[in-house]
Amino acid sequence: MNILFAVLMLGGLALIAGIVLAIASRVFHVEGDPMMERIDAVLPQTQCGQCGYPGCKPYATAVAGGEADVNKCVPGGERAMLSIADLMGVPPKELEEEAVEPMLAFVREDECIGCTLCIKACPVDAIIGAPKQYHTVVEDHCTGCTLCVEPCPVDCIDLLSKPEVLEEWTWAAPGKPGKMIIDTTEGEAHARAV
Amino acid sequence: MPGLFDRLTTLIGKGAAKGAASRVELKAMIGTAGFSGGVHPKQMKNTAGLPIVDSPLPPRLILPLKQHIGQVCTPIVEVGDRVLRGQKIGKSQGYVSAPVHAPTSGTVLAIEEHAVPHPSGMGRLCIIIEPDGKDEADENLPPISNYRAEDPGLIRERIRLSGIVGLGGAVFPTFIKLLRDHRHPVEMVILNGIECEPYLTCDHRVMLEHSAEIVRGLDVIMHAVEAQRGVIAIEDNKPDAIAAMQQALTEADLAHVEVRVLPTRYPQGSEKQLIQAVTGRQVPVGKLPLHIGVLCQNVGTTKAIHDAVCLGVPLTQRVVTISGDAVPEPANICVRIGTPIPFVLAQCGLEDLNGVRLIHGGPMMGERLPRMNVPLVKSTNGLLAMRQETLYSENAVEEPCIRCGHCVTVCPVGLVPNELAWHCRHDQFDRGQEYDLFDCIECGCCSYVCPSHIPLVHYFRYAKGQVAKIEKERAFAELSKARSEARDNRLAHEQAERAARRSKVRKQQAASAVVKAKAEDGADKPAEKKPTQAAKDMKAKDMKAKDMEKPA
Repeated sequence: MNILFAVLMLGGLALIAGIVLAIASRVFHVEGDPMMERIDAVLPQTQCGQCGYPGCKPYATAVAGGEADVNKCVPGGERAMLSIADLMGVPPKELEEEAVEPMLAFVREDECIGCTLCIKACPVDAIIGAPKQYHTVVEDHCTGCTLCVEPCPVDCIDLLSKPEVLEEWTWAAPGKPGKMIIDTTEGEAHARAV
Repeated sequence: MPGLFDRLTTLIGKGAAKGAASRVELKAMIGTAGFSGGVHPKQMKNTAGLPIVDSPLPPRLILPLKQHIGQVCTPIVEVGDRVLRGQKIGKSQGYVSAPVHAPTSGTVLAIEEHAVPHPSGMGRLCIIIEPDGKDEADENLPPISNYRAEDPGLIRERIRLSGIVGLGGAVFPTFIKLLRDHRHPVEMVILNGIECEPYLTCDHRVMLEHSAEIVRGLDVIMHAVEAQRGVIAIEDNKPDAIAAMQQALTEADLAHVEVRVLPTRYPQGSEKQLIQAVTGRQVPVGKLPLHIGVLCQNVGTTKAIHDAVCLGVPLTQRVVTISGDAVPEPANICVRIGTPIPFVLAQCGLEDLNGVRLIHGGPMMGERLPRMNVPLVKSTNGLLAMRQETLYSENAVEEPCIRCGHCVTVCPVGLVPNELAWHCRHDQFDRGQEYDLFDCIECGCCSYVCPSHIPLVHYFRYAKGQVAKIEKERAFAELSKARSEARDNRLAHEQAERAARRSKVRKQQAASAVVKAKAEDGADKPAEKKPTQAAKDMKAKDMKAKDMEKPA
């Protein structure tokens, strides 16, 4: 009799818990994949495809689904890799490719034939122009993804490194070589000239 | 005890959760008057007894188009133009900006990028003027001698037009601080004559030699913001300046203005620390002195305000202390803004710049200049030329932290520098922000006392820069994401539209085909066969071509 009582008791508890869980899964249902969204948020959104996926979102989906490694994002560099590894709870992995410095695409306008192929290739609509008109890259929107370089039939798109400006300069870490130039010779020459 | 109560509430308001930082601050606050912490570095003010001398005109003047906090100016002169002393040559852009004026008469030689005094050694757009030696003045700003009768708004506009910025080193456009806001009326104007940085004596000399102008300038400020009380704060290491200012006050007969003598302590000259020392009230985090009814101005700036309003002279020169152990004849020099540093150093007997390191500002907060051939600008209150062997930052070797806690006791804003630096060193910027990284005023007290020679402030500057960089990258990523999503949506929409159009056309074709078929019956059958035959031929040709390509 006692054993029956215990079985009924546990069975009843399991039933109640099952009902509660079923209701909770309905009430607190989340649309989409929250992990994918969180990974997407730490990616640099260059949409460059260097990870082997067609964009940042597909890569985030693949990582969240456990299909892709955490170290595939080239422009994101070490910081993106560490954040993704942290989010996924996996050990960090060595980057396969060194992160390159940020670049900007530049159309040599006198060579452009106005074919619009680069406009179609740009993932962030940063190239403006019309058929048989010169095209140009909007600097503020260009992510430097290099996707426009390959389709150009006359090879008139260059990738230039971003110009360094005073406003964007930041201090290097102590003890690490920064962009400090000790240039006493220049001052000396000038002092002599004066 | 309303003062103490205020202080306690601001402390509690700042967040008891901030843990150790607040507790240390609280302990120090109750123990001492004014701000907590601070250090007493060696004074080294060996130029204090030397009167201000005028520098001769250099062969060329280099005027950066941004010498203030805010937006860069645009040049309004062209190469080859003749300019007069005090003529506006750079027009301010936007609200937070200050115009640039020609420091003497001469010709515009070039408008080009030139190195400026900045720790990066980078350059920015500068107007380069060759003086003609006549020093003719542009007199389009009439003096306002009876300023008390003028509208405060007009005074403020005059100060804005004269390009006046905070000459203590922060170079914030002064006219913005002179705003009259009915929600926050200014009760007290504090003149900052503290000059707590070692070596620097330019404010000291200005107070001695131009005390009457400073008092008059204070009156102009008090009129502009309709303040009732004025305090001239001076540290007790400058007894002659205290006496001079007191005498100027009695002569000017200003009511409700006093000279307040404060015990010498670094960094008392920092705005928020000075306000705390004078009023006993803290400026809350993220707020301005205006929000507690206080306006703080440097004495040099006050003299410049006097010159702009009472004499109609814009800011084109300033007093600079040239000192340091590599300078044979240290001096307080009144230089035209834009004078090249090697020229000024030559005035002080320093010609050979080999093995010399330059510090722009004082030894505690100043920045090492990687380039020598840069001009003196509005922010230059001091220029120290140090021999390489004696420069601390070059010779100190960083050693491990021994957790002595000296940095915690001296921090004037109550941070925990050792813990903070720990996080900054390991790029844990989120943790750093939890330790109030952005409340650091970079005064250098922690680096000064550290027995392990850890360049703590350098770590904080590094971390602040990195946080700003990450923030910017994140904003750009969000923008790119929005653009890429908009593009995807547009492409999907276009495709759907095209598909819809195609299916519509197909339906129409199908319908017309049925009608045709009914009308003509079997007549079109042989015609249909021909194209299929042709297509087959084409396919065969293609295959052949491919086969031929393969071996190649």
